[in-house]
Amino acid sequence: MTLPIPAAVAVAAMLLVASGDLLAAERAIDPAKSSISAVFTQMGVPVEAPFTRFSGRVDHDPAKPADARAVLEIDTTSFDIGDDDYNAEVRKPEWFDSGRFPKASFTASGLKPAGNGSFEAAGKLSLKGRTAELKAPVTIKAEAGGSRYSGVATLSRKTFGIGDPAWDGTVEDPVKIKFQIFVPAAR
Amino acid sequence: MPTTSSTSSRYSGTAIALHWLIAVLILGGFLVGLYMTGLKLSPDKLKLYAWHKWSGMTVLALALLRIVWRSTHPAPSPLPGQPRWQLLAAQAAHLALYLLILAIPLSGWLYSSASGYPVVYFGIKALQLPDLVDKNKELAKTLKEVHELLNWTMAALVTVHAAAALKHQLIDRDGTLSRMLPWLRRDPAA
Repeated sequence: MTLPIPAAVAVAAMLLVASGDLLAAERAIDPAKSSISAVFTQMGVPVEAPFTRFSGRVDHDPAKPADARAVLEIDTTSFDIGDDDYNAEVRKPEWFDSGRFPKASFTASGLKPAGNGSFEAAGKLSLKGRTAELKAPVTIKAEAGGSRYSGVATLSRKTFGIGDPAWDGTVEDPVKIKFQIFVPAAR
Repeated sequence: MPTTSSTSSRYSGTAIALHWLIAVLILGGFLVGLYMTGLKLSPDKLKLYAWHKWSGMTVLALALLRIVWRSTHPAPSPLPGQPRWQLLAAQAAHLALYLLILAIPLSGWLYSSASGYPVVYFGIKALQLPDLVDKNKELAKTLKEVHELLNWTMAALVTVHAAAALKHQLIDRDGTLSRMLPWLRRDPAA
């Protein structure tokens, strides 16, 4: 069977638009406009240290939050507290073991609306060769040129075998991960 | 010379307690400070830093208390028969020491803030002190030097202060030292 020419053009155009949408749906984050940092507590003192290198992709159609997908890859050697001795300690086998595990990754699948423009992202965090579920509250704000995904997730160092037990009396187990991810708008 | 002389020739019990409490904390904080900075990163090092900061903040609080006390309870007049230069030197040294027991903890607090480590008194969350400045590596470096310089100035002044007190006690034998000691209660006029 043959379609009339205008109908064939229309179908082709729809397919193009659809595939264009699919391609555009997954977008790389802009690390220069994003930040990821760890906040941990030593001797009762909250200390924040940023990761200076990370990358990621986000696939999020606001109409279908449940289908949202995101992958973040963090370079564990980029932890920078501003003190060389400290940074070196954190890269040791007892902590991040950055020699063997230079990358940590968070794979989110699905955003659950939590009201007031905030969501809960459920995903898996892989760190130091171990993978565990991690839930992160996320607020999404439209900004010039894209959207900003911000939130704070709390994880346990012990779950991932991070930390020399000799430090347990000094550094608390819960660690907060503060993130602000900027995703440029399509095109 | 003050026109009204103090009723007592001794410092009040509160003044004596504050003097010695601050003296002990300063000496301890100074020695811990000298030791801890040379250590390699370890849990012990972080503990010493925490204790150093807690004692420093205690000194700051006691120093403020002491200044309030001093301004409402005049110090006893100096014992008679001392040369004028000596009285002036003592007064200048005491003023400088008052300034330093405020400036040194403050410079430490500033240095801690600039380094990105808030001061949490006794590690109690509710007692987290506000950061005085934002984290700034360059500023932290400068403040570290300021903190050290002020400390060495204090160490020099405390040495002179203690030497002068010993000179009064051992050479002049005039009872000046006993006015600031919780013991050695003797009447210098007798």
